Amino acid sequence: MPAATRPPPQDSRSDALAAAPFPTEKGRSTPHVAIEPPVRAAADAAVPIKARAESLSFYYGSVRALNSLDIEIRERQVTALIGPSGCGKSTFLRCFNRMHDLTPNTRYEGRILLMPDGIDLVANGVDPIEVRMRIGMVFQKPNPFPKSIFENVAYGLRVRGMRGKARLDEAVEQALRGAALWDEVKDRLDESGLSLSGGQQQRLCIARALATNPEILLFDEPTSALDPIATARIEELIAELRDKVTVIIVTHNMQQAARVSDYTAFMYLGELIEFDETSKFFTNPSKKATEDYITGRYG
Amino acid sequence: MHAVAAPASLDTLHADVSRRKLLDRLFVMVGLIVLFSALLVLVVLFLDLVREGAPKLTLDFLSSFPSRKAERAGILSAWVGTSLIMLVTACVAMPVGVAAAIYLEEYAPKNWFTAVIEINVTNLAGVPSIIYGLLALGLFVYQFELGQTIVAAGLTLALLILPIVIVATREAIRAVPRAIREAAYALGATRWEVTAHHVLPYSLGGILTGMIIGLSRAIGETAPLITIGALSFIAFLPQSPFTGEFPFLSFAWLKDAFTAMPIQMFNWVSRPDPAFQVNAAAAGAILLGMTLLMNGIAIYVRYRYRKKINW
Repeated sequence: MPAATRPPPQDSRSDALAAAPFPTEKGRSTPHVAIEPPVRAAADAAVPIKARAESLSFYYGSVRALNSLDIEIRERQVTALIGPSGCGKSTFLRCFNRMHDLTPNTRYEGRILLMPDGIDLVANGVDPIEVRMRIGMVFQKPNPFPKSIFENVAYGLRVRGMRGKARLDEAVEQALRGAALWDEVKDRLDESGLSLSGGQQQRLCIARALATNPEILLFDEPTSALDPIATARIEELIAELRDKVTVIIVTHNMQQAARVSDYTAFMYLGELIEFDETSKFFTNPSKKATEDYITGRYG
Repeated sequence: MHAVAAPASLDTLHADVSRRKLLDRLFVMVGLIVLFSALLVLVVLFLDLVREGAPKLTLDFLSSFPSRKAERAGILSAWVGTSLIMLVTACVAMPVGVAAAIYLEEYAPKNWFTAVIEINVTNLAGVPSIIYGLLALGLFVYQFELGQTIVAAGLTLALLILPIVIVATREAIRAVPRAIREAAYALGATRWEVTAHHVLPYSLGGILTGMIIGLSRAIGETAPLITIGALSFIAFLPQSPFTGEFPFLSFAWLKDAFTAMPIQMFNWVSRPDPAFQVNAAAAGAILLGMTLLMNGIAIYVRYRYRKKINW
């Protein structure tokens, strides 16, 4: 609930209508908003929520990989998920675009609400295709299609029924510019996406995801297969993307989380241990486990 | 520190390495000998057929009908029959085999039922071809009343190579990395879009290779064709698939009687007159040549697709 929507105390009774056009939580009337516990600092509260996981659990068969996570993803901010290998950070990320539906014998519990419409991304009745139309993803290893650079970027648009050379040309150029790749590839759009270097391939994959104008862009350890220079460019790019799209990034690298993110979540053994603004998270963690992890005592 | 062996002198080190590498070299030699003796047998067989059949390896041989006189006999009806049968076989086995493989690989849930299907498909590849002939005789020739025709023969051989096509296609499909599928799904593609836009195009090389290898197996099959009643002496051609009137294509040839290359060969080999042995050798050389040509095409296709797509 953005702070701006809270009516001043004196007319909280008489002027309930004023708050009505703003998004409010289901079943909660406006006067109650005032007594909602102030979870975060004022600057924080001003940023609207893009997605909210509510007691989200996830199962591979009978093995529980995620245990009742609650987290709020802020709009047009970068949220980093860190934690040791096997802590469930990638599993959590893949819940957002229902990638787990491709694996048999998996099950979600709880909800991930996508704001502002409040659709539950992991509900049975919600089509994963529909979810993936709204939420893009960039993978650990660059995975361009063995098609031309142009076709790679245009693919998501073609799936969405975009036709016409002029429109596609424009959208592809825009996406490639957005991924800081346009200048490097503008003269060779018909060459195979596989002819690019690893870092360029990863930026091509980012352009491919950006072209479809996603509401949230998921990054699953996007730089783990890249050299330091290519990594730096991707990090720069993610920092720029913040103006356009909500980003959730899983990373192994704590420095990377500190560099690119606004919020950081620490996960351990399928549980969310700590979640805070990145500046506070790294300078003043509230939990012992977080402190041990970021100071390198385990993981 | 006692457990560690004392550092060897350079001489003992050399001796040790060369003694162990001897086994390496020995294996390479054995491998090459086995390989070359197998190849040599094939080459000798082929050259022998060519040498013996040389007098008949002419255009006349290709354009003449079989005859009771060895010197006038040719393989026109045989190679036309074989070509048309292969056409039917390819047109049936390709779509059915590829569709079955796609279903098993991309769509089917992984449970005991699909496991049973998979095992059976693999087993079918080992069923003797004459069994397929018996099945076809009962099913196509009598039950469906197709008679002893090109379409019945084509369907029989299609059944025979279906397991080969399915297994090869599944392997080709499986070679498409999971990451590529995930990339397409993540963009909102449906299962059919992922299959049609990505999986199939990227695995086409492997699929075509499997198809051609299946066809080159089918081209030499004799037993099932004899079982369904192929004629061994045919002095006419099937009706032409092209006609002078609209729609310019005719499928009447499907219902014509036929003979095929291996049957023609078999017929000539079984004759007492030695002049016919020359004909048989020439036909054998041509049949072997056709098979090698098809395999060559398969290798070329695979090479071209590998060059285009390397993950």
